[in-house]
Amino acid sequence: MGDLLFWHRLQFGFTATFHYLFPQLTMGLALIIVVFKGLALATGEERFATAARFWIRIFGLSFAVGVVTGIPMEFQFGTNWARFSARAGGVIGQTLAMEGMFAFFLESTFLGLLVWGERRLGPRRHFMAAVALFLGSWLSGYFIIATNAFMQHPVGYQIAADGTLQLADFWAFLLNPWAVVQYLHNMMGAVVTGSFVVAAVGAFWTLRAVHLEQAALFLRTGVVAGLLASLLVAFPTGDQQGKRVARYQQPALAAMEGRWNSGPYAELNLIGQPNVEGRKLDNPVRLPGLLSFIAYGSFSSNVKGLNEFPRDQWPPNLEFLYYGFHVMVGLGTLFIALMGLAAAFLVFGRLERIRALLWALMLAFPFPFIANSAGWVVAEFGRQPWLVYGLMRTAEGTSQLVHPGQTVFTSLGFAGLYFVLGLLFLFLVGREVNHGPVA
Amino acid sequence: MEMLWFWLVSVMVAIYAVMDGFDFGSGVLHLFVARTEAERREVLAAIGPLWDGNEVWLLAAGGAMFLAFPRLLASGFSGFYLAMFMVVWSLILRGIAIEFRSHVHDAMWRSFWDLVFAVASALLPVLLGAALGNVVRGVPLDATGYFQIPLFTHFGVANPVGILDWYTVLMGVLVLATLTTHGALFLAWKTSGALHERCRRAAQPLWLATAALAVLATWATAEVNPALYRNLSHAGLAWVGVALFLGGLAAVFAGLYGNRFLQAFLGSSAFIVGILAATAACVWPVMLPSTLDPAASITAYNASAGAASLRAGMVWWFIGFPLALAYFAYLFWIHRGKAQAPGEGEGY
Repeated sequence: MGDLLFWHRLQFGFTATFHYLFPQLTMGLALIIVVFKGLALATGEERFATAARFWIRIFGLSFAVGVVTGIPMEFQFGTNWARFSARAGGVIGQTLAMEGMFAFFLESTFLGLLVWGERRLGPRRHFMAAVALFLGSWLSGYFIIATNAFMQHPVGYQIAADGTLQLADFWAFLLNPWAVVQYLHNMMGAVVTGSFVVAAVGAFWTLRAVHLEQAALFLRTGVVAGLLASLLVAFPTGDQQGKRVARYQQPALAAMEGRWNSGPYAELNLIGQPNVEGRKLDNPVRLPGLLSFIAYGSFSSNVKGLNEFPRDQWPPNLEFLYYGFHVMVGLGTLFIALMGLAAAFLVFGRLERIRALLWALMLAFPFPFIANSAGWVVAEFGRQPWLVYGLMRTAEGTSQLVHPGQTVFTSLGFAGLYFVLGLLFLFLVGREVNHGPVA
Repeated sequence: MEMLWFWLVSVMVAIYAVMDGFDFGSGVLHLFVARTEAERREVLAAIGPLWDGNEVWLLAAGGAMFLAFPRLLASGFSGFYLAMFMVVWSLILRGIAIEFRSHVHDAMWRSFWDLVFAVASALLPVLLGAALGNVVRGVPLDATGYFQIPLFTHFGVANPVGILDWYTVLMGVLVLATLTTHGALFLAWKTSGALHERCRRAAQPLWLATAALAVLATWATAEVNPALYRNLSHAGLAWVGVALFLGGLAAVFAGLYGNRFLQAFLGSSAFIVGILAATAACVWPVMLPSTLDPAASITAYNASAGAASLRAGMVWWFIGFPLALAYFAYLFWIHRGKAQAPGEGEGY
């Protein structure tokens, strides 16, 4: 139990990963709910209002778990990362405080109105409540990404005489170019999750031949949104994100691709196992030149390998980073293929009759959750060994006086509590899906 | 600038105490005053649309504290490590109890979540009260600016101190009694019929207990931190707090016996704000005193972020705060009047 840093990282990583399973669903669904409410308002057709009502119920459950699992994240800045908070709080305190003031109040106010106020508000104001909730949840995402972007690529700060990081330029910090790119990439990932879940429920009901009108609507919406989001998450947002990593986090790029030797015409590794001790990638399947092209826009660009950097600047857990990246990219590619195929059948009006494809759509919904988690593994493990890139190492940020045993105790507490929370969530969502649309 | 932020954070903490306070009080009481399913749903209809927003005041106050006084957050949160996670877990259980309860129409399911809701709602005021007690009594901060404190030691207020001692437990009980009363008055204001009647009857002895505990705590604070009262002579704002606190007491009595429940509820809100304001004015500029060496105490001056952070935060704070108040005004207006248990399948 000696390694305090390990337990602090495990606790934060576990609670953050579990937490983010829920906001990615709510942020994705928030957009789809706005679309349904908008269509209901524009066409006056009851089926759109019914669809919105069903997804608002799922949204409410997911939002509730997202809120309660988000509270520990805010607390852990102080409890587990005291030295980081003391040193960087003068900068990142801004966005974390703004999230509460500008996003959480908006969300919490309009959630109640959206979930319970349809009759009291009337269609127009109920639509506005959906828009407000969408804005609140997407704004909340921006403040968190801006906080993370400062850790990935610090800008707008200065170092005070006592060594703390202080705000120098508020707008440069808030509109960090890294934040804008990462935000768009992340939000498209959330829409992928939301649309896969919507399509999965549509496929499930179609296969069971129940609630067919709603099922068709869910399938069509899920597949169209899913295809668009799967494309956008890769290009341009994922591509731009990759180019920023290539420019500012060169050891991370090399580790993501298992690349030790520098050189032009760098190949893209489709598969292979990183061999850290041997400093090479075992059994690779590679496409020559493509990594240079993706990273810098030309096949002849030099892509640095890990051998160019001192060992203490390599991300530790290099294998995890490598596999996380390949899982994310691999799944992202499969998402485009699956949704592209489904969209093709949809165009010809045959999707509802291709049972194998419906099965695939139904069973595909967990994978966007995995891909989003893997994406965050790439972002956060790629940032290592830095807590604030280039300025502060992760080992310098922990709460020193917290005994590892305390962190083990609370981590086990979270593991148990979250296991039960996850079961309850699946049970309640399962009931809603089984029950069907709400008239 | 440090002083302004000290008061902005204090204002947000006070709003949190008043707003989530009535949720806690309602949670503690609902097992006793709401006996039928319809009455339980009436309680949830009263706090249901509000509790989530109320809880945001805690996060907003914490965020403002992080922005303005990062060293206070770093030292306090890591020092109270285990207690912080008890607060977090109680908040998690309270939240899901309210949200999950209505989804299954089953008496045992609902009884279970009602119990979880009540227990979590009772634990939170005790923990927050003990936190207030720790802030008044002090913690073993040394020159590094950090500390680590056990849950309890010998239950005395001398070193080595623990989170729980006779004084902080007394503060926990005081806050529990205050917020339970506060919840009873809120429910008396927002409900009708037998439920309203029971809340009204519960509020009277609860209020007497709160007043008695407040007297006891005032004496105990003088024993634990005598310096606090010496500051009264030159802290003008403390007298405003004392006036609010006494005026609130009187307003509750008058409201309770004159059947004006909104007045009684506002009275107990003033009581809570008054206690916190008087405390804040007396401790200024110390935010976390050290029991080892007064020079190691964390103050608004030695814990604050740089001037640029404080200035930038100030600009958006004065945009965001009125916005938040406007959302709440809208929410209270939409849900004005007596709460009614909604039909099954809508509302809580």
